[in-house]
Amino acid sequence: MSVPVKNTLLFLVVFGLIAATGVTSSWNVALGIVNMGLISAIMALGVNMQWGYAGLFNVGVMGFVALGGLGSVIVAMPPVGEAWAAGGLRVLLGLALGVASIAAAVLAWTRMAPGRARAAALIAILVVGFIIFRRVFDGGVAEVEAINPASTGYLGGLGLPVLFSWPVGGLLAAGAAWFVGKTALGLRSDYLAIATLGIAEIIIAVLKNEDWLSRGVKNVIGIPRPVPYEIDLQNSPAFVDRMTAWGFDPVTASSITVKLAYSGLFLAVLLALLWLAQAALASPWGRMMRAIRDNEVAAEAMGKDVTRRHLQVFILGSAICGIAGAMMTTLDGQLTPGTYQPLRFTFLIWVMVIVGGSGNNFGAILGGFLIWYLWVQAEPFGQILVGAITSGMPEGSWLKAHLLDSAAHMRLLTMGVILLLVLRFSPRGLIPER
Amino acid sequence: MDLLNALVALANFVIIPALSYGSQLALGALGVTLIYGILRFSNFAHGDTMAFGTMMTILVTWKLQDMGVSLGPLPTALLALPLGIAGTALLLIGTDSAVYRFYRRQKAAPVILVIVSMGVMFVMNGIVRFIIGVDDQVFADGARFVVSARGFREMTGLSEGLVLRTSTVITVATAIVTVAALFWFLNRTRTGKSMRAFSDNEDLALLSGIDPERVVRVTWILVAALATIAGVLYGLDKSFKPFTYFQLLLPIFASAIVGGLGSPVGAIAGGFVIAFSEVTVTYAFKKVLGYALPDGLEPSGLVQLLSTDYKFAVSFAILIIVLLFKPTGLFRGKSV
Repeated sequence: MSVPVKNTLLFLVVFGLIAATGVTSSWNVALGIVNMGLISAIMALGVNMQWGYAGLFNVGVMGFVALGGLGSVIVAMPPVGEAWAAGGLRVLLGLALGVASIAAAVLAWTRMAPGRARAAALIAILVVGFIIFRRVFDGGVAEVEAINPASTGYLGGLGLPVLFSWPVGGLLAAGAAWFVGKTALGLRSDYLAIATLGIAEIIIAVLKNEDWLSRGVKNVIGIPRPVPYEIDLQNSPAFVDRMTAWGFDPVTASSITVKLAYSGLFLAVLLALLWLAQAALASPWGRMMRAIRDNEVAAEAMGKDVTRRHLQVFILGSAICGIAGAMMTTLDGQLTPGTYQPLRFTFLIWVMVIVGGSGNNFGAILGGFLIWYLWVQAEPFGQILVGAITSGMPEGSWLKAHLLDSAAHMRLLTMGVILLLVLRFSPRGLIPER
Repeated sequence: MDLLNALVALANFVIIPALSYGSQLALGALGVTLIYGILRFSNFAHGDTMAFGTMMTILVTWKLQDMGVSLGPLPTALLALPLGIAGTALLLIGTDSAVYRFYRRQKAAPVILVIVSMGVMFVMNGIVRFIIGVDDQVFADGARFVVSARGFREMTGLSEGLVLRTSTVITVATAIVTVAALFWFLNRTRTGKSMRAFSDNEDLALLSGIDPERVVRVTWILVAALATIAGVLYGLDKSFKPFTYFQLLLPIFASAIVGGLGSPVGAIAGGFVIAFSEVTVTYAFKKVLGYALPDGLEPSGLVQLLSTDYKFAVSFAILIIVLLFKPTGLFRGKSV
């Protein structure tokens, strides 16, 4: 069997599995899997750029995804005028002062001659800067958060169409990636992993606690949509007439139409990114990246700036994760910082890349769909399996109740076992790099 | 102005908590650093190893409590600890022969081993959740306080109370004993010396007839002991929740890197650096300054540098500073 035929078959099998869900349970569920599968595929594409092209180990995917989600709040939510009037400018001024004092500290460090004077100046600038920053910033935050805390209590966004938030989410993620990459790249490979692990936790902590920015754990709900609402479709006579004429139930048809509209948007983004990624991989830049990955010393000897190229690809991959994060928040219509879990948003994406085939963009996409499908289905399958195992046990036994309760945790175990098996027996994944 | 009360408040809210948290981090970081030194990879499953060890200990503790066994004022968990360690050691040795050994034989790149450890982390996390669930488990029993706030006030006549919890005393005492035993083992016994030789130069160690598989096995047993002790002490001090243990990974790695990956002394120093910075930065100094400053100068705000929700930011910031200015760590660990 030739390679393209095999790959097409693999994709057909995965879509067949999803379609089977559509037939056996409902098309709504199946389309839900497809939509999240598309988003997962984009995240996997981003991680694959970092790992597959360059061999960079990023375990902070969750943070970049969450920053993308913040992007859609900042872009799409309507601004809260009262909050801006109360303390918005003060908050911004505080942040600007904070950035300015860090910039001054960096300037002092680079411009002054090494010695006691430099250290003293650095500490003085940072301490004074911090005190001024807190003085200005804390007051502004209190003023903003006091405005109607039950429904707003934050600054809101720019009120622009939500589609703009996708590139903005990418830019936010790229900024964070620049900061992490600048410090941790060029050192041991493990250091990047630990630094990204840290930045992800911090981004989530910021989203959870800075109520003026994203309402924290109170969640931002009702982010505007790029597609029509189900209820509007159901109220539109033209839509109801057409669907009844085609023999569909208008209520079901409306939610399927909305999901299909999302799928169309996501597919367009995925195809565009895939095209860009493939073109990059085939270009001299892509060859250079693989050369660096395969032998850093040789590439450096040939005059390639390894650290700079690593920084570049790290920022690009993180930006793609940010775009996917903004898309996911758009799909959910809400930003819920409490739901970001590293096992779900960082490590699951890694399973997708490794299982699909690291270094191959099609592999990453296949992995995205397949692993998302398994992640969704592992729970019902686990329930059935545990149900079968425990059916022989006496009713009301302690072990039976415990096993039934724990079936939900089968997912992590399944994912871990899949990852270990693939790494051991097929380390190049389902669609290996050519 | 009342310096004595200020000192007591400082000891009560900063020094004592940081001392016990630092001991827990130091034990965790020692495990990470040992794996790094001998097996040469960063073990992402370490937090979940700690969770597994603690879970084993909790299960044994429950059994003992059912049987009516207790240590009087000391928590029963101390009695269960050896069994917990044994269970964890079996799991780790089993994991090594099922998973890691294959990659070691292949001489796979360290980053591959890191990814493999991520898979192991998933599995261990799943096992722990499967057996004990995701909820908080409190398993501390025995006397709660060595010195209670009221007792201290009556004893000294100061207005500020000093609390010394049993778990704090046990944490610090156990950590000292464990570290002393570990250093004795590494520096004085034949096996310990062969481990250090293996860590310094693998090829030379092989040439001098050191059995690598034996070294690896002993390492995993030591790691099991360190991780279980660290996890149980943390659980006695706070409470046991699997997700918190996963999150401990960041401060533990930060400690190991600050001290210098691969250096046991560094891991201990790093643990205390991280713990003291974390507690100092997130503590509201209003009370201490209220006592320490002359009348009329008391601060009006909380004087808290960062809210406690940002405690991870502290480990991260220290990590970044070390990476920027001294990537090998304080005690010059293995290569950069």
